[in-house]
Amino acid sequence: MYEFLTGPMLWVTFTVFILGCIYRVVWYFRGLDWKLDRVAYKADMGLGLKWAWKSIYHWLLPFGTFSWRRKPGMMSLFFIFHVGIVFVPLFLEAHTVIAREHLGINWPAMPAGLADALTVAMLAAGVMLILRRILLAEVRVLTTANDYLMLAIAMAPFITGILCRLHVPGYEGWLLAHLVSGHVMLLAIPFTKLSHMVLFFCSRAQLGMDFGIKRGGERGRGLVW
Amino acid sequence: MPEGKFCNKTPIQTEEALLSLLSDTRGTQYYEEMKSLEVNKEDLWNRIQKTCKSRMRTWLDICAHCGLCADSCFLYLVNDRDPEQVPSRKIQSMLRTMIEKKGDVTTEFMIECMNTAWSKCTCCSRCAQFCPHGIDMGQMNSYIRGLLFSQGFVPWEMKIGSGMHRVYRAQMDVTTEDWVETCEWMAEENEEEWPGLEIPVDKEGADIMYTCNAREPKHYPEDLAEAAILFHIAGENWTVPSEGWEQTSLTMFAGDWEGAKMQVDNVYAAIERLKPKRVIGTECGHAHRATVVEGPYWAGRASGKPPAPYIHYVQWVAEALRTGKLKIDPSKRIKELVTLQDSCNYVRNHGLAEITREIMSYMVEPGYFVEMTPCKEYNYCCGGGGGFNGIGRYRQQRNKALQTKRDQILATGAKLVISPCHNCWDAIRDLEEEYEIGIRWSFLKPLLIGMVEIPEHLQPKE
Repeated sequence: MYEFLTGPMLWVTFTVFILGCIYRVVWYFRGLDWKLDRVAYKADMGLGLKWAWKSIYHWLLPFGTFSWRRKPGMMSLFFIFHVGIVFVPLFLEAHTVIAREHLGINWPAMPAGLADALTVAMLAAGVMLILRRILLAEVRVLTTANDYLMLAIAMAPFITGILCRLHVPGYEGWLLAHLVSGHVMLLAIPFTKLSHMVLFFCSRAQLGMDFGIKRGGERGRGLVW
Repeated sequence: MPEGKFCNKTPIQTEEALLSLLSDTRGTQYYEEMKSLEVNKEDLWNRIQKTCKSRMRTWLDICAHCGLCADSCFLYLVNDRDPEQVPSRKIQSMLRTMIEKKGDVTTEFMIECMNTAWSKCTCCSRCAQFCPHGIDMGQMNSYIRGLLFSQGFVPWEMKIGSGMHRVYRAQMDVTTEDWVETCEWMAEENEEEWPGLEIPVDKEGADIMYTCNAREPKHYPEDLAEAAILFHIAGENWTVPSEGWEQTSLTMFAGDWEGAKMQVDNVYAAIERLKPKRVIGTECGHAHRATVVEGPYWAGRASGKPPAPYIHYVQWVAEALRTGKLKIDPSKRIKELVTLQDSCNYVRNHGLAEITREIMSYMVEPGYFVEMTPCKEYNYCCGGGGGFNGIGRYRQQRNKALQTKRDQILATGAKLVISPCHNCWDAIRDLEEEYEIGIRWSFLKPLLIGMVEIPEHLQPKE
C-alpha cells in the first residue's frame, strides 16, 4: 500500500492536481469578458498588469493592505495557516526523499525543527479559524458544512503527519492515513473551494486590473484594491 | 396572473405607458400585482448561463466565508451588525440560490431578492476593498439587479426611472424643448448681473461640452446658471448639446442594461456631432460613473473611454483654480469648520480623492478643513446611493442608513458640508430633515461664485 501511494498513485494525483489547476486558470481567463465585466483588458493591458501585480503582491504581504492592517488577528491566522500549508509539504525532508526516490527530482529540505514548528502553528491557527467560525456571528452566518469539510481536508495531512513524526503508537496506520489524506487534499484542490490556491491569483489580478484600468489606477494613487 | 398591468416584464417604452404607471400612486397596484408575477424560469436560467461567466462564478465559488467583508459595509454596521447584512451573505442568498436551482425560483424569492438588492446594498463597492480574494460584491449586486429587472421584479420608482430614460433620454420628463428653453431662460435671467452671459446651445468645436443631471433643469435651474457664470468668469469657450445633455442613468440603478446603452449612446452621439475638445459633467457621482466609467462599455467601446476626454466637475474646478482661470478672493475663503463628502462613484470608483482636497486648499482657510473618518476611497456611502434615495418602499431603511453619514459629520464638528454630488447632496439634505443636527450643505458652484474674484470687464456696469 505504502509503495502504491508513494509510487503510481503519486503520478495519478499529481497529474489530476496539476491538469485540474491549469484547467481552472485557463477557464477563468477565457471566461473574462471585457463587455460583461466592463473592463478594457486589451486596450489597457500595461496599466492593468501593473495593478494586477500590485494587488496580488500587497495582499500576500502581512500588513500590506488596509484590510489586513485593520484585522491583525485574522491576518495572523491567515498567514500562519497558509505559510504552514504551502511550505511544510514542499520542503519537509521526508517529502524531498520521496521526491528523489520516486519522481527523481531533487530539491532542498528545511530543518526538521522548523517543519515541526510550522506544522504545530498551522494546526493551532486552523483550530482558531474553526473557533472563529463558531464564535463570530458574522462568520457563523456564512459558514456551511462544506467550510468545515475544507478545513478538515486541509488539516488532516498535517495532523496525521505530526502524529507520525511523534511516533505515537500505531505508526503504520498513521502513516497510511497521512498518505491517503495527502492525496485527498491534492485531488480536492481543483474540484472544490481549495481551488483558490490558483484562483486567488486570478481573481486578485482581475480586480487589480478593474480598479487599475478604469477605477482610478491611472491616477496612480498608492492604494491597493 | 402571469403578468400584471403595471408590474410585468416589459420595460416602459412609450410616454403613454409611463404616464399610466405614474398614475398608480406610490405603486400600490404595482406591488400588489408583483405578488403574483410569475417568474420566467427558463429565461432566467438562460440569462444566467449567458452572462454569469467565470468572474462571477469564481467569486461565488471561492468566497472563503471569512466574514472580512462584514464591517466594511455601513448597512451591516448601522443595522446593529445584523448577520443578514453581511455583504457575502446578501449575495450568496440571491445569486447562489438562483444558480443552484437553475432559475427554478418562486415569486416570493424574487421579491425578497428585490428587497435585498435595492435596500440592503447601494453598490458602493467598499466591500471589494476588504476581501482578500478580490470579490466585488457591489458589482455582483448590480448584476443581480439586472436579472431582477429582466423579470419585472424592480421597485416602482426604478421602473419609472428607467422608463424616463427610454422615453425622454433623461431621468425626468425634460424634453429637448424644455431643456433649450431652460438654457435661454437662465441666460436671460442672469444677463443683467453678468453682462455677456450666454448658454450656447449646439456650438460645434467648442473647448468644452457641458452635460448635467436632469434634476438641475427640472428642479434647480440655478445650478445650470451657476455653471454658466463660472465658465463665463473663467473665459471658457463652451456649449451644451440640445440632445444628449443628460448624463445620469437611473437605468444603471434599475439594472436596465439595454436602457443604459440607449441613454449613453445619446450623450456620445452629441459628442460626435459637436466635436468638443472635451466634455465636463456636473457635480454628480452616479452621472459620472454612468457616462464616463461604465458607459463606454454599455456603448460597446473597447477602449473603455468616451469619444472625447470626459471629466468630472471637480477636475475642471481644480484645474481652473490651479491655472488661475478662477481666482479665490483670499478675504472670502471659508473660515468655519467645513467637511467634504466623498462620492463613492467618482472617488472610490474613479480615483478622484486628491483633486477635491486640492480644491479645498484654495477655498478653505488653513486649519478649517476637517476630514470625515474614514474618508477618500474608504469613505462610507452617503446612505442614499444606488437608487436608495428615491425608493418610497424603502424609505425607513434609507433613513436608518443615513445615520452613518450623520455620525461621521457630527464627529467632524463641522456645520458646513461640501458635497459635489447630487445624490450625496440629497442624502445630506434628507438627513438634516430627519435628524436635525443643524448643518448646511452645498455644491461647489454657489460657494465658488461667492468667493471668486470677478475680472474688471465682467463686472456689471453701474
